[in-house]
Amino acid sequence: MTSTGWAIALHGGAGDIPRSMPPERRQLLEAALRHSLQIGVNALKANQSTLDVVELVVRTLEDNPNFNAGKGSDLASNGSAEMEACIMDGNTMKCGAVSGLTTVKNPISLSRLVMDKTPHIYLGFNGAEAFAREQGVETVDQSYFVTQENIDKLKQAQASTQEVKAEALLSSGNGTTGTVGCVAVDSYGNLAAATSTGGCTNKMVGRISASPLVGAGTYANNLCAVSATGNGEAIMRATVAREVGAVMEYKGLSVKEAAEYVIGERVPNLTTGLIAVSATGQVTMTFNTTGMFRACATQDGYTQVGIWPNELSD
Amino acid sequence: MGWAIALHGGAGDIPRSLPPELRQPREAALRHCLQIGVDALKAARSPLDVVELVVRELEDHPNFNAGKGSVLTSNGTVEMEACIMDGNTKKCGAVSGLTTVKNAVSLARLVMEKTPHIYLGFDGAEAFAREQGIETVDSSHFITPENIDRLKQAKEANRVQIDYTQPIQKVEEEEASLPNGDSQIGTVGCVAVDSYGNIAAATSTGGLVNKMVGRIGDTPIIGAGTYANSLCAVSATGKGEAIIRATVARDVAALMEYKGLSLKEAAAYVINECAPSRTAGLVAVSATGEVAMPFNTVGMFRACATQDGYSEVAIWPNESCSCD
Repeated sequence: MTSTGWAIALHGGAGDIPRSMPPERRQLLEAALRHSLQIGVNALKANQSTLDVVELVVRTLEDNPNFNAGKGSDLASNGSAEMEACIMDGNTMKCGAVSGLTTVKNPISLSRLVMDKTPHIYLGFNGAEAFAREQGVETVDQSYFVTQENIDKLKQAQASTQEVKAEALLSSGNGTTGTVGCVAVDSYGNLAAATSTGGCTNKMVGRISASPLVGAGTYANNLCAVSATGNGEAIMRATVAREVGAVMEYKGLSVKEAAEYVIGERVPNLTTGLIAVSATGQVTMTFNTTGMFRACATQDGYTQVGIWPNELSD
Repeated sequence: MGWAIALHGGAGDIPRSLPPELRQPREAALRHCLQIGVDALKAARSPLDVVELVVRELEDHPNFNAGKGSVLTSNGTVEMEACIMDGNTKKCGAVSGLTTVKNAVSLARLVMEKTPHIYLGFDGAEAFAREQGIETVDSSHFITPENIDRLKQAKEANRVQIDYTQPIQKVEEEEASLPNGDSQIGTVGCVAVDSYGNIAAATSTGGLVNKMVGRIGDTPIIGAGTYANSLCAVSATGKGEAIIRATVARDVAALMEYKGLSLKEAAAYVINECAPSRTAGLVAVSATGEVAMPFNTVGMFRACATQDGYSEVAIWPNESCSCD
């Protein structure tokens, strides 16, 4: 395969992001996306593997309290953060996933350890927490992940009527955003994808969403790497991440066409966004929600940081 | 077109030397479960009801790796998971990490019907089970002496097993010939379509012998071990990790939709070209009443029937079989 240059994309969640967002908040979030993007770009330029790159970038997004992953995770109905993540290597199709984490500072790194250090792909809840301790990954008190903003959001959600609650859970992440993710390809066509999330505000304890499910929220093979975000249930039903790869493979679509098709035709409106890169260095960031926190860069110098739909195409 | 149903009790390295006393009860169970499913279809029950019913029977049967008879984790406990999906609406439900719920597939259905979510795991799933008043039993209900032995063997051999091992010389030789030393049976599942094209899939499992506590396999992952849409319904079995990577169940449907393959062609392609050898089997039905039961393992406990009178119960590859 001819070398076509590296490419990277990341997201901080798709959803009903109001354009009325105060400028200070907007700038803060854009700066965070820019910062994470730079970290990823620097790592690609330094020839780190794409698996390392996506893990690194997702770690920065998990550590940022403004995104729904790691610190700043949306809270479950019991007031705790229950986090999940997934990482996948396009060449080998090895993958790792975790769910139900409550003390692991960086879920994406634990999912990588599941991939690298166990005969399994996916560990959940107590078993995953026990594995974390065996592996000596950084664990913190549960309160670390909880932000005042999310305590308030939970209070609001629980004060709503039954109908509003159900509606909110069915919509694209309760009026804010879900998940963070990163996809990358190097100049040799090595692809990787990673996604991490706290889930959605007021979710039932034990609820598992699309992010840790290979083929739903996260997927990579030798054609593309995909990370999806939005309404978890909609993404699961539509096996969004695998779908992008499947239409590329079975219908010969480009990664942009495939993403547009999946977002446009295979999921309900206002539910889903995704980022994807192809083995040939193409990037796409497509969503049918009000907005999606996102950023991308390619080796030829193109870079973009955005929240709402642009006039310029991605 | 007519109704069609297929069910499995696990794919893997089922030795042809399986003694009659182990073979006959399993064949009888498959036949019995098939009859239950066929009777329900004839009584015009929805395919969603039918697959749940049949999988419940398989879960209750101690000789299959689901419900009672589930293989054990490294701790000697059971952690069960299941998934159910309705092809027409694409509504689905899944559960993992169950320890006391007698019929995991029924809890999966309740997640689908009674919550705004699709998938609940572990303590949260067990709590939901109690809220719903579904039948729960002491964990010891699920544990069989055979599985205690399997765990012991696996620990002695220090490996994770995907299936049942027979405690006889020959089988260990066969197992030794496998690249990773694992034998490959697991799960139960059922797919069904009625004569109106209503279509559903369900899968249930105890997972892998000696699996790490908290390990989740392909069964509850939509698109991996279980999938249904308006074209087909699929339930997969075998090495969970391989089925997840190959998104087996989704790819059968995707090939039908995007490449225009028939059910049989799509199922055969996924099993032969996408899943590594000796790792997977599946049962599938199409909205037009076709059935496919391909596998790339030594055998797969399976049964199927169609409205035009065809029926089959089998373990190893047949010489002539219009089902796969």
